Amino acid sequence: MLRLPRLKYLRPKTARDAARMATELGPRAMFVAGGTDLFPKLKRRQFDIDTLIGLDFLSRAIRNGSDECSIGAGATLATASRDGHLNARYAGYAQAAGLVSSPPLRNAGTIGGNLCVDTRCNYYDMTYEWRKAAGFCLKKDGDICLVAPSSPRCWAVSSSDTAPMAIALDGVAILAGPDGDRELPVRDLYRDDGIDYLAKQPSEVLTGVRLRAVAKTRSAYVKLRRRGSIDFPIAGAAVAAELDGDTVVRCRIVLSAVASHPLEATAAEDFLKGRTISTDTIREAAEMAAKPAKPLDNADLSHFWRKRMVRVVVEQALAQATTSTGGSVVKLSGL
Amino acid sequence: MKREVSRDVERVVLTLDVNGEKRDLLVPSHKTLLEVLREDMQLTGTKHGCELGECGTCTVLVDGKPHLSCLVLPIQLEGRSITTIEGMAHGSELHPLQVAFAELGAAQCGYCTPGILLSARSLLEENPRPSRDEIREALAGNLCRCTGYIKILEAVELAAGRML
Amino acid sequence: MRESPHPALRADLPRERGGELRVVGKALPKVDSAAKVTGRAIYADDMLPARTLHCRILRSPHPHARILSIDTSAARRIPGVQAVITGIDLPIKFGILPVTQDERALEHEKVRYVGDPIAAVAATDEEIAAAACDAIEVEYQVLDPVMSIEAALAEPKDERIQDYGGPNNVHKFVALEFGDVDDGFARADKVREDVFFFQGNTHLPMEQHSAIATYVDGRVTLWSSTQVVHYVHRALSKVLELPMHRIRVIGAAHGGGFGGKTDPFAHEIIVSKLAMLTGRPVKCTLTREEVFYAHRGRHPVLMWVRTGATKDGRITAMHFRSALDGGAYGSYGVASTFYTGALQTVTYDIPAYRFEGCRVFTNKPPCGPKRGHGTPQPRFALEVHLEKLAGDLGLDGVELKRRNFVRPNTRTVNWLRVTSCGLEECTERVMEASGYRTRARRPGHGMGFAISSYLSGAGTAIYWNDMPHSEVQIKVDRGGVTVYCGAMDIGQGSDSVLATIVAEELGLQPSDIRLVTADTDTTPIDLGSYSSRVTFMAGNAALEAGRKMRAMLVEAAAAKMGRDAASVSVTDGRVGDFTFEEASVLAEARFGTLTSAGSYTPPKIAGPYKGSGVGPSPAYSYSACVVDLDADARTGLVNVNKIWIAHDVGRAINPLLVEGQVEGSVYMGLGEALMEEQVFRNGLHKWPSMLEYKSPTFLDMPDVETFIVETLDPEGPYGAKEAGQGPLLPVPPAVSLALHDALGVWIDEIPATPEKIVEALRRKDKGEPPRYGPAHFPAIAYPPVIKVQPPPRDS
Ligand SMILES: Cc1cc2nc3c(=O)[nH]c(=O)nc-3n(C[C@H](O)[C@H](O)[C@H](O)COP(=O)(O)OP(=O)(O)OC[C@H]3O[C@@H](n4cnc5c(N)ncnc54)[C@H](O)[C@@H]3O)c2cc1C
Ligand code: SF4
Ligand code: FES
Ligand code: FES
Repeated sequence: MLRLPRLKYLRPKTARDAARMATELGPRAMFVAGGTDLFPKLKRRQFDIDTLIGLDFLSRAIRNGSDECSIGAGATLATASRDGHLNARYAGYAQAAGLVSSPPLRNAGTIGGNLCVDTRCNYYDMTYEWRKAAGFCLKKDGDICLVAPSSPRCWAVSSSDTAPMAIALDGVAILAGPDGDRELPVRDLYRDDGIDYLAKQPSEVLTGVRLRAVAKTRSAYVKLRRRGSIDFPIAGAAVAAELDGDTVVRCRIVLSAVASHPLEATAAEDFLKGRTISTDTIREAAEMAAKPAKPLDNADLSHFWRKRMVRVVVEQALAQATTSTGGSVVKLSGL
Repeated sequence: MKREVSRDVERVVLTLDVNGEKRDLLVPSHKTLLEVLREDMQLTGTKHGCELGECGTCTVLVDGKPHLSCLVLPIQLEGRSITTIEGMAHGSELHPLQVAFAELGAAQCGYCTPGILLSARSLLEENPRPSRDEIREALAGNLCRCTGYIKILEAVELAAGRML
Repeated sequence: MRESPHPALRADLPRERGGELRVVGKALPKVDSAAKVTGRAIYADDMLPARTLHCRILRSPHPHARILSIDTSAARRIPGVQAVITGIDLPIKFGILPVTQDERALEHEKVRYVGDPIAAVAATDEEIAAAACDAIEVEYQVLDPVMSIEAALAEPKDERIQDYGGPNNVHKFVALEFGDVDDGFARADKVREDVFFFQGNTHLPMEQHSAIATYVDGRVTLWSSTQVVHYVHRALSKVLELPMHRIRVIGAAHGGGFGGKTDPFAHEIIVSKLAMLTGRPVKCTLTREEVFYAHRGRHPVLMWVRTGATKDGRITAMHFRSALDGGAYGSYGVASTFYTGALQTVTYDIPAYRFEGCRVFTNKPPCGPKRGHGTPQPRFALEVHLEKLAGDLGLDGVELKRRNFVRPNTRTVNWLRVTSCGLEECTERVMEASGYRTRARRPGHGMGFAISSYLSGAGTAIYWNDMPHSEVQIKVDRGGVTVYCGAMDIGQGSDSVLATIVAEELGLQPSDIRLVTADTDTTPIDLGSYSSRVTFMAGNAALEAGRKMRAMLVEAAAAKMGRDAASVSVTDGRVGDFTFEEASVLAEARFGTLTSAGSYTPPKIAGPYKGSGVGPSPAYSYSACVVDLDADARTGLVNVNKIWIAHDVGRAINPLLVEGQVEGSVYMGLGEALMEEQVFRNGLHKWPSMLEYKSPTFLDMPDVETFIVETLDPEGPYGAKEAGQGPLLPVPPAVSLALHDALGVWIDEIPATPEKIVEALRRKDKGEPPRYGPAHFPAIAYPPVIKVQPPPRDS
């Protein structure tokens, strides 16, 4: 049976304490919330650490304001996916949380952990023995990228389902450091780098996220994966649209699993602004949104096919968020 | 890197509430609930198929909700109540789900069965009359390679009907 | 063609029961169901006796390499390490087939796939054992890996993978011809050729293989999650150089096999050896990744088929070629190769048939028997091919197939004896229930139909011997009945079948019967749970033992009652005027210890040619299936709406178990058809995990409507045949045919992933042949065919 390495488990009482412990211990320690991302990786020896800093103190509360909703980083994905207010006002976010992996995993996995989830690559998310046989790669213990050997960087894929949605909903991350708190738009939480994928300090604890949406905002998340459950996204589109009748006032489109960070489809957003929603505009916008997506051969199914599919997920998410019928939907989650 | 085991093992004393019984334990802090249940508490009814959160075989209930015991440390669960398959029957009286699974042949090799029974129990507590699609959704984290799921769905429906 | 064949029963029913069966045919719970729903069943990994040592195995990181040196000294120095062994400690080769004894528990000369075992450590805890494996230094001379069928057929760059077989990396050739094939083609109005590929896939049992051994008083005892205690017993005896009576193999509760636990495995031998060395219990449970390396799953098979037919759709001749990617070792491969050619004639009446098969070695985990062993691949090819042939002739595919259905009580051109056959009835059932002919199709909506057949146990044993294939003993004592049999219940319910048959004969309920099974010390032999043989073979043995026991009870009761034995009824827990318990006391007083035994040896029905041992079975099951799906032309995504399947099981000893086997088979077939595949990249398994190897979830499985068709086989126990494998076979072709119905493209390669569907549609749009599949079949230098005179046409 795969087991964890020998670890100490620290139990700070506050985020400040946790951040201080992390500062002191440096790279030997990592935070753990639900553990659903970290534990499999530790069992596969993808990190060398000797200490876990438990984040059991994190708030699990979901609080609603008029144009804002704040979610404690400790809230589980299951809670978020079922929350009445989230479903009414931030439907895409609840959908995204509810599409992460499987029901038992969502009972443990947290919103905070989902925003900080490690990037993925099928040369990297493998056991120590497998990686040793394949040759270690840049992201862990090696010095080349096995997917793009001529490239100096790592192309591991951002695979969070909720991060693109949080960005589309103008989310703000609340971070606690050893010396104080700060706020950071969720879009600035990520870097385009498979290894150093988070822009926050390693010692900073994410304590919550605030989503913003005016009353007219409608959002939707569409996820592509092979099976109806368990699987990570192999493409996904988060859309938050503010409409005036049929006219787009503002629309945010963010893609998951097509780059090392959640990919904002700004060209398509600009294109949609002020336009009347129709099948054609949706198609055109989706085309534009898909352009910058560059999937590589390090996730499920061929990257050619995944690239083609980006357009489809964007179209569907746009249709769901902007039309009452939700558009013609191929069941995307699962075959 | 190399696999290494030279580091000291940190042990923790803790009290776990399993199937309504509180047990004091001294266990290495890095042992998962799955390992502690099976190896330190001899509750081997909880099975495992991947230890990576990918199959659902190790499902137990924490405060009535399905959790993957391979991805949680006992230290994270102090004060919460854990239910394993051994705690599903009332004395020698089987839970209606267990009866239905037995009657309909929903357990073939039986290896996925404990996890699926517990997930199903949690579902029925929340939603006593689930539709077939709701059952599918609720059990979608539990893989079974033997049954094709059909008999399992029928057994959950049968038990739900009897429990009303 | 007969509508619903009901040949006379050999297993004729006792008169006094009015021909009525009391427990056979009833949907009763499995005898082990309580143990399984309570978590009480003890699987091998659940055992943890005091002082158990944990074993981990160091495996090759190279697909192909010579081992120059192995240094275990650093590993031995790690505190907690109790023993380290390498190939020097276990040099004797073994293998499931006598002709391919090519495996070592640990290799010290050469490794042949990533995952090949090299050294093993026993330590006080599993992580210490893993760290010790990591500390073992192995020096390799890396060799060019051979990763495809084409590469294996070509001259190796460095050296051959195995030092037998050949030329190049060919393992086995088969070339047989039955009847005059050229003449058949000459008589045909249309001759068509097609090429297909069926990708390899694996069993993925939920339980990872596990074995635990002790060594006490000079005897090894091994508990293992195996399907075949007897074959493990033989391999252990050979490699450990211990007589069989000093080894005991016990089948622990079994967490799923599907053929994947039908070989003796390295870890079973390793823990036994380590227990002998340390004097402590030693356990090894494979990690999920290692299960992918143990494999023995579905062979990837390239196929070429050429069929001739008359204008009205009668087949005149068929020529079938297969090329199997066998992986690095023999395993069951010789049999698998024959199986890719054996059963074509068991569904369709083919008057002249030529089969050329070839298995190659590659540097991948060895392939072997997975549910349907060697037959789902040709079944896929054949069913799709015949539909294309029908198109060429302007005929309906289903109609063409029907016109060629094999008839009951015939011999095929390759000498296989067909007895009961419910093909026609199965077909009617699914055609009617699914509305295949009448249902209107939406755009992107399609339905596909396919049939299949499978063995009820292989007619010949794996190693040549004259002994029975299955034996059952019954002991009755104070009314308690215990049945002893070597058969292993792997979840399919074989224990329940034995209990049901004995209960039927003794007028009891299955739950009254105690079972002792799969223990080489205490149970008589059974060859194991594979090739769907247990119900038929162990069932017949149980029937014989049960009848003998019944006769003793009846005789004793009759004597006491002063009546004729023929008038004593045995039913509902009574024997004549007595309770079962009273009768057993009377019988014990009369005969002494009450035991009876039964055994089963299959009839000698193999044809008069070399290689005829693969294919014959005392009876064949039949299935027919319709798949209904929606496919999206833009994305290639597929939604299966529903599957109808009818299965001729002979007789359902327990309909619940039959349905369970059928549904489970359909599930596995659907997984293979749509998503399951073993893929290798740079010599490594691309996704040895349950996340990336896609096994359908609850949300991917459609509703299945199952029809049990009973043809009462003349030789099966109460007429029963098999249910565990046959119903998998028609699913992949039915999916492919439904895709053709939906989108007008041929998917000639399994699994039918969305990218393949999209590519086929792209080709169609460009005016190219609307298909996805292999472009050609490689030129293979098959040896000259051996011509076999077919049996007389009407035997
Ligand atoms: C089989 C499987 C399938 C999965 N499928 C999906 C999927 O479909 N979509 C998806 O998005 N994810 C998926 N995941 C990944 C993961 O389970 C989820 O992303 C989950 O939300 C992570 O939350 P957690 O609380 O368990 O995180 P943890 O595992 O506890 O932590 C994840 C990472 O974030 C850090 N971290 C956690 N919380 C904080 C915090 N508050 N502040 C700072 N750092 C923090 C940890 O140090 C760690 O590096 C899957 C995982 C598995 C095993
Ligand atoms: S993208 Fe390259 S460097 Fe990054 S994890 Fe994958 S193989 Fe390693
Ligand atoms: S063992 Fe597979 S999810 Fe826990
Ligand atoms: S019953 Fe065997 S895996 Fe579900």
